[in-house]
Amino acid sequence: MTTTIARPDVRTRRPVLADPVPAPMPVPHATREVAGPPALLVEGVTKRFVVGRKRKPVVAVDDVSLHVGRGEIYGLLGANGGGKSTLIRLMSTLLTLDTGRIEVFGHDVERDEMAVKRLINRVSVDAAFFKKLSPMENLLFAARMYGLPDATARAESIRILARLGISEKRLGRPTEQMSRGMQQKVAIARALLTSPTVLLLDEPTTGLDPRSKLDVQSFVEDVRTAHDASIVLTTHDLAEAERLCDRIGILDSGRLVVEGTAEALKTRVAVEHGRAPTLESAFMAWTGRSLDDDVEESGGEEDGDD
Amino acid sequence: MTVATRELRASYAFIARNFSLSRRYWGWELAFFVYALAGALAISFIGAAEGDPSLTFSLIIGAVFWNYLSTVFSFIAETIAWERWEGTLEYTMMAPVRRSSQLLGSTLYAVMYGLVHTAVILVVLVAFFGLDLASANVPTAVVVMLVGSFSIIGIGTMAAILPLLYVERGAQMTFVLQSVILVVSGVYYPVDVLPQWMQVLSKLSPATYILDGVRAGLLDGASVADVMGDLVPLAVMGAVLIPAGLWAFGRAERYAKRTGKLKRVG
Ligand SMILES: Nc1ncnc2c1ncn2[C@@H]1O[C@H](COP(=O)(O)OP(=O)(O)OP(=O)(O)O)[C@@H](O)[C@H]1O
Ligand SMILES: [Mg+2]
Repeated sequence: MTTTIARPDVRTRRPVLADPVPAPMPVPHATREVAGPPALLVEGVTKRFVVGRKRKPVVAVDDVSLHVGRGEIYGLLGANGGGKSTLIRLMSTLLTLDTGRIEVFGHDVERDEMAVKRLINRVSVDAAFFKKLSPMENLLFAARMYGLPDATARAESIRILARLGISEKRLGRPTEQMSRGMQQKVAIARALLTSPTVLLLDEPTTGLDPRSKLDVQSFVEDVRTAHDASIVLTTHDLAEAERLCDRIGILDSGRLVVEGTAEALKTRVAVEHGRAPTLESAFMAWTGRSLDDDVEESGGEEDGDD
Repeated sequence: MTVATRELRASYAFIARNFSLSRRYWGWELAFFVYALAGALAISFIGAAEGDPSLTFSLIIGAVFWNYLSTVFSFIAETIAWERWEGTLEYTMMAPVRRSSQLLGSTLYAVMYGLVHTAVILVVLVAFFGLDLASANVPTAVVVMLVGSFSIIGIGTMAAILPLLYVERGAQMTFVLQSVILVVSGVYYPVDVLPQWMQVLSKLSPATYILDGVRAGLLDGASVADVMGDLVPLAVMGAVLIPAGLWAFGRAERYAKRTGKLKRVG
């Protein structure tokens, strides 16, 4: 476990584990992403849900714009119902956009849906499987849909799950016999099996024990390094966000109220709000849920789109 | 990998998955088989009670082929309902698979499953009632069933939409559709006993032509040429219903994505 704790500085983004290729001097992503379109581009995206005939529509995502550079891990934070999962679903072609556009490596999610689907995969909080089927049967089903040969899929599944602490022996019995955390790891394997270049992780570590959490976190870092994957991560674990994310955006009632590196957010919350320079106080300040603060902050640029 | 092989592999994914599901739920499959067999037997005994072998045979055909049609129909219709129940629907819908390949896979499995299921029941019933198939024209029955399957697949695809549109009620609504087809299609009685307005519906139901053609083949030994009157409407219906089913499925998927109906939790 020491390798996972002795982690490098996020800003230099040195690979966690030894890279087979000698790594060049770490280059900040800002300069790496100049060539080609960003991994993920979200522009002016709004999504409303109409629940019931009479009630006002819920604005789940409200005019959000952001981009994720190639190889970047972008964290989405926000209170329950803030719109994180909805934004992830919009990126995964599971919801249509009301307004705005989303592009994955220059492919529009609506017009070029199939190309986008080949590039992305997603892990969500609920590890949904055919519960009577074994993890291997579930994984093979997923792999076949993505056009992966069976032999490759089998070998990769075993490798990824071993890395996450699940032995090959467990893969033949019905998935329902696994604990929730184990199922979550299989869900992570399902997404990684298809080598997505953009990985959407919606609370991937919720419900995992501390050790499993570290396993998954260091694995996420590996995936970024080894596959040059770009990752969007939502989490309620602020330490995890701080550890993994190059940049963090906070969603409040569907609006992206602030965005920046963890360091920048901490500095800003100290300077602009006079709070302790922690991610927690940043979360409190920008989601307006702070105990000692019932009054909405005003004047700051984070409230610009009010 | 060419597009065609990729899509065929995707179809195979659904066939293999459904096969695994049948295997893992073998207890349920067995129960379903016993239920279907007992149902067919019970109905066939009506003919035995009347002491009319040709009525018995006709009822057996009705029971057996209704079993085929309803198995295929409900299997296809259930593909979405099942995934919704397991919560895997979002994962399947976001995979880079064309809906046509997905439905082709689910459908092929349903047809194979239905054929095996039905053949076993038919053999059991024929042996049980000691029927003589010497004068029957089996190829005619097979051709009618195969041609007719296309229409059933088309309707099944449309029925699969219901669970996509209605999160809870969708699965029940497919039962309603299925039972309407049962009543109007002359499964156990000639359609001319139906009131006039119902006969209009029976003309629109592919099951009517399938049963008519199968009966002609098995009871009267009719040749394929003799049952053209059934095959032509079936071919036309299949040619219309399959594209219509795919189109409607696409529309329903778009609606579900607009209104957020694909998700279950999270
Ligand atoms: N399919 C849906 N139908 C109707 N309303 C929805 C749907 N999905 C999300 N919403 C609404 O949109 C808003 C945002 O929900 P979302 O799931 O995106 O939040 P979240 O940030 O992921 O929350 P959590 O931290 O609890 O996972 C909520 O008000 C929710 O009720
Ligand atoms: Mg969520």
